[in-house]
Amino acid sequence: MLQEIVISGFGGQGVLSMGKILAYSGIMEDKEVSWFPAYGPEQRGGTANVTVIISDEPISSPVVNKYDIAIVLNQPSLEKFEDKVKPGGALIYDGYGIHKKVERNDINVFRINAMDESMRMNNTKVFNMIVLGGLLKISPMVDVENVMEGLKKSLPERHHKLLPMNEEAILRGMEIIQLEQKAV
Amino acid sequence: MSEEISLMKGNEAIAHAAIRYGVDGYFGYPITPQSEIIETLMEAAPWKTTGMVVLQAESEVAAINMVYGGAACGKYAMTSSSSPGVSLKQEGISYMAGAELPCLIVNVQRGGPGLGTIQPSQADYFQTVKGGGHGDYKLITLAPNSVQEMADFVALGFDLAFKYRNPAMILTDGMIGQMMEKVRLPAFRPRRTDDEVRAQCPWATLGKTPDREPNIITSLELDSALMEKNNERFQAKYRLVEENEVLYQEVKCGDADYLLVAFGSAARICLKTIEMARDEGIRVGLLRPITLWPFPDKILHRYADKVKGILTVELNAGQMVEDVRLAVNGKIPVEHYGRLGGIVPTPDSVLDALKEKVVK
Repeated sequence: MLQEIVISGFGGQGVLSMGKILAYSGIMEDKEVSWFPAYGPEQRGGTANVTVIISDEPISSPVVNKYDIAIVLNQPSLEKFEDKVKPGGALIYDGYGIHKKVERNDINVFRINAMDESMRMNNTKVFNMIVLGGLLKISPMVDVENVMEGLKKSLPERHHKLLPMNEEAILRGMEIIQLEQKAV
Repeated sequence: MSEEISLMKGNEAIAHAAIRYGVDGYFGYPITPQSEIIETLMEAAPWKTTGMVVLQAESEVAAINMVYGGAACGKYAMTSSSSPGVSLKQEGISYMAGAELPCLIVNVQRGGPGLGTIQPSQADYFQTVKGGGHGDYKLITLAPNSVQEMADFVALGFDLAFKYRNPAMILTDGMIGQMMEKVRLPAFRPRRTDDEVRAQCPWATLGKTPDREPNIITSLELDSALMEKNNERFQAKYRLVEENEVLYQEVKCGDADYLLVAFGSAARICLKTIEMARDEGIRVGLLRPITLWPFPDKILHRYADKVKGILTVELNAGQMVEDVRLAVNGKIPVEHYGRLGGIVPTPDSVLDALKEKVVK
């Protein structure tokens, strides 16, 4: 098993922490992981992306040529990563941030309205967990129980009361992700 | 999952490894992309447990001179910074080399020159191994290529620094510093007691020493005949380091027709390039210098009889390539591929460069 994933969006959307939780979950399953952020000088509002690799074998390069899955959470991210998805790979986008269509037809395209859903849940902070749920639905690379365990490890104890809300968000994400285009 | 395995950034691994090694003092000034080192130390608050001092100095110059003071007392003292900050430390590094003081300096490089960018670069190779400060001195230089090696090289750096009474540097970059991987941290060991320091460092300045003449730590010697003697002693020491401490890694070099030579983050990228090249039937291996000084020139010299060509891959405009060319001494072509200013090359761009420049 080798999954090369990029998660990209605005700073403040939880892109880096979503990648971190995914990497933690991989470790819980004794997999090899790497988490490599492309960091800019900006924090909230700037662009942020992270490459997460989960593998059964030792990971050679944390920098990859093409991705199995690209998760794009704003328009600049779609423009940057649409070409970098492997043929037959998957692109997941949030409808809230994207106003131009995906042009390629050799990749599977999934839509997840995570921002809308997080507003319905009255908690936009769980936005990234909804997206993570969607990812795990289409590519169950790690168990949800291990994700929760990873979340517990990566969150300071004072935030552990938020765990149930995050679990609910992951489960919602698994329900609402939709296949929009099948690769031809 | 084993409890001992953690997921952390390279910078964080350095901080935890320093506490566990029994370092006496860290002195630094924040700069991206290495600020997690001092942040992690501040959060871990080792002054409450091991007694290690962690101090944010008023500047990089102040920090390296605090290290100078600590090292003069035989203490395990270290600092860290990124390229522009390490430039500021050069005077102190030269003084410590001249005063024969051991310490550990970490440079998490970013793109330059000047303030440059905050993204990964390897453009401080020349500064580090050719003497960034003044005078005929050498800096023991370790180049980790993983978060695990970031943790492990804290101990290795201090061990070599004290063995030879010479500053040592971990030369890494924003990629290894910022990325997270699995790491197994070294075991805790206590800081040395005053008696242990006294026994292990007979040269150290320890305050009241009624049983012997006071030690004097200085790089100054106004009598040039004596200063030449000092320099000859340094040079003899450097030859010993070159003879005994070279470290490198060979990956798939046995049957290789071509060799990639790369260190640190660039070497990680090359590992993937090797797989891709071999899938296409190009037999290529990787020679990764782990110590940049002392440089693995003897092994490279031997490879000049075995392979048809070498490509160095560096996040700079071509620096280590000069040392590789010296090592093979014109026997085979040595080319360079690099990206500049904070851009990280992808494995396929390295493969393209290999085909274009070396495989013919």
